[in-house]
Amino acid sequence: MNFNILRSWCKFVLALCFALGSILSISAYAKDTIKVGVVSFLTGPAGGPFGVPAKQGAELVIDAINNGTMPAPYNLKGFAGAKMNAVFSDESGGGTKQVALFRDFVQKQNVDAMIGYISSGNCMAIGPVADELKMLTVFSTCGTPRLYEEKLRSHVFRTQANAVGDSLAAAKYIADVYFKGKITTASKMYTGINQNYAWGQDSYKFFELGMKVYMPSAKGSSKPQFPKLFAGQYGSEISALSLDKAKIVHSSFWNGDWEAFVLQSMVRGFFKQKIVVSSVGGSGVDSLGKKFPDGVVMGTRGLVGLNVRDNKDPMNEWFINEYKKRYKAWPLGPSYQYARSVLAYKIAMDNARERNANKFPSQQQVINAMKGLRFKSFVDEIHFARGDGHQAVHAISYGVTKYNKAKGEPGIEKLRTYPASCIYPPAGVKSEDWINNGMPGRKCD
Amino acid sequence: MQFISTVFLDGLVYASYLFIVSLGLTITFGVMKILNVAHGSFYAWGAYLASISIIYLGDNEYNSFLYYFAIFLSAIIVGIFFGFIIEKFILRKMYGEDIHLIVLATFGIFWILEDLILIVFGVDPLMPYYPAMELGGIEVVGVYQGVYSLTLAALAAIVAFICWYFLNKTKWGKLLQSVIFDREVSVSMGINVKNVYLVTFIIGGMLGALGGAYVAPTISVSPGFAIDVVVMSFAVVVIGGMGSVPGALIGSLIVGMLRAFAVHQAPVLELFIIYAVMAIVLIIKPQGLFAPPKPRKI
Repeated sequence: MNFNILRSWCKFVLALCFALGSILSISAYAKDTIKVGVVSFLTGPAGGPFGVPAKQGAELVIDAINNGTMPAPYNLKGFAGAKMNAVFSDESGGGTKQVALFRDFVQKQNVDAMIGYISSGNCMAIGPVADELKMLTVFSTCGTPRLYEEKLRSHVFRTQANAVGDSLAAAKYIADVYFKGKITTASKMYTGINQNYAWGQDSYKFFELGMKVYMPSAKGSSKPQFPKLFAGQYGSEISALSLDKAKIVHSSFWNGDWEAFVLQSMVRGFFKQKIVVSSVGGSGVDSLGKKFPDGVVMGTRGLVGLNVRDNKDPMNEWFINEYKKRYKAWPLGPSYQYARSVLAYKIAMDNARERNANKFPSQQQVINAMKGLRFKSFVDEIHFARGDGHQAVHAISYGVTKYNKAKGEPGIEKLRTYPASCIYPPAGVKSEDWINNGMPGRKCD
Repeated sequence: MQFISTVFLDGLVYASYLFIVSLGLTITFGVMKILNVAHGSFYAWGAYLASISIIYLGDNEYNSFLYYFAIFLSAIIVGIFFGFIIEKFILRKMYGEDIHLIVLATFGIFWILEDLILIVFGVDPLMPYYPAMELGGIEVVGVYQGVYSLTLAALAAIVAFICWYFLNKTKWGKLLQSVIFDREVSVSMGINVKNVYLVTFIIGGMLGALGGAYVAPTISVSPGFAIDVVVMSFAVVVIGGMGSVPGALIGSLIVGMLRAFAVHQAPVLELFIIYAVMAIVLIIKPQGLFAPPKPRKI
């Protein structure tokens, strides 16, 4: 008798658990809204030229996807049908503070995903924590190759290709456009001015390695400059570079540092004396307008920003028009980069739902859908082809600044685009080894 | 010859910039014995006010005089406005408290004023480059130098002369020196130390603001750019001696020249060399090279 009662109770409890579990799982899998943390510099010297345009790019695309007003192939409303509630946060304050904020987002605010991060230092700090907390994180802008070359990541994706391509494309552009065997060896010398941290050091290292492959006869200066981040005063550095015999000056300066460097060197005739190659100085071109010197070799870290303003792709035209309408300014590189991360997340969410019999996907299903994903960006196609399908590669373009007097706005000419196969090593190969071995298997045409 | 003259000019320009900023810091410390971390905020506010004034005037060669007028006026307004509020309503209530508490209070004021910049001016960088562009460049022994940057040396020389004249040839200067030497004796002699403190803090703030306002046309003025300036000014003041005006001058010249030499010869040592000198000075002469003498109290 007692045994029968016990058995009945067990059945009842099991049934109750099953019913509760079903209710809970339904509520977890049928979300109307998702919460996503979006992190970029909103204060500090990187806020105006980088972080705020980045936030605006993300905000514009999130709103359009929530309202179903994005052009195809992103015209399906929502993220796997859910509306995204983006919580914007400031990236200033350094890695320790950002890790604490990241933990807060995950453990207290219960976000569904994290998007953003501009600083390479912050990405290096957040990457391991994202894996530890098992939180899907899509990095948007940071460029250090060490993120995936030191360790593969399970929950971290990056829609921005790393700094290797930016530097190699810069070196190739110099070799292709300026030095087709007609310049003296002395003029083939190169030097650089880069910020003294992961991004600046990596950028110059790979530019130097690239020059050794593309122009073996060129020689690097023994005194490249590495001023500290946010130094602001570059008088001595400009003098030192002016006295250096090197004709080519590579710089990966960004934020207010780039603008300050341009202002201080422009009045000293530096841009007439040297060929300056900037891998990420697009923001300065707009902020200085017609005062910005012509003839600067300019990259924008992908087919974004200044280098694609005349591109007629419908998605690009939509983005530029909507951005200008809403923010009264041109979208800059970071605006595109953040918007791109949102697109990657959306398409992965939609694909995961489709594979899940149109049920709202779990985080792991979204990660599986994002792994190795190839998706349409504003101008080109982005492919998560490195870092075990977590690190994107894409084409990189460089051009030469030329103010467009007719339009009364900054312009770019002599554009050249290098496909990912030309400037990134094959999957599983470390960038430095690949370059040192002469970049075997590269396809540049 | 070209190398020596270029290093000398670079060092001189950087030293001039450091001198103007650190002078206010050292005067404030000398008189009030307060390490004013909020000094960086005066620098930032001076830069912002000068920037919006210059941008408002627009890029017009007929405005040359007005640009400089705006720069000096911005420094005066910022110095008087914030100097008065901070000294009168915050610091005055803390005199006699532990010195560390006062440093923490100025640290708090620094962050409040930094946030106020965000609220008032937003995050977009300002680039009031017109005065610097207008003056252009000049060739000095084969190297082009920015004329505007060179005028910093002239400004520093003028500021140094005014400071020397004020301290040694005016009644107020002598009052100030007496307070620097011994506050208690000054009070007993009938000097209104409260007023001296207020005026000193305002002058110190004006000098910090002048540094920011004058440098603004050569940089991108954006939130947070003043933090490094405070750190560098502390290095200068520590080397020269806290509270010593000649110390600020010599400290700036040492830091400026060494940094310029390092940038030209061994760029990796650029920062190391400054702080190495600071450490050596602290080991050999902890009070700094030109610290004012302390009276022995019995």
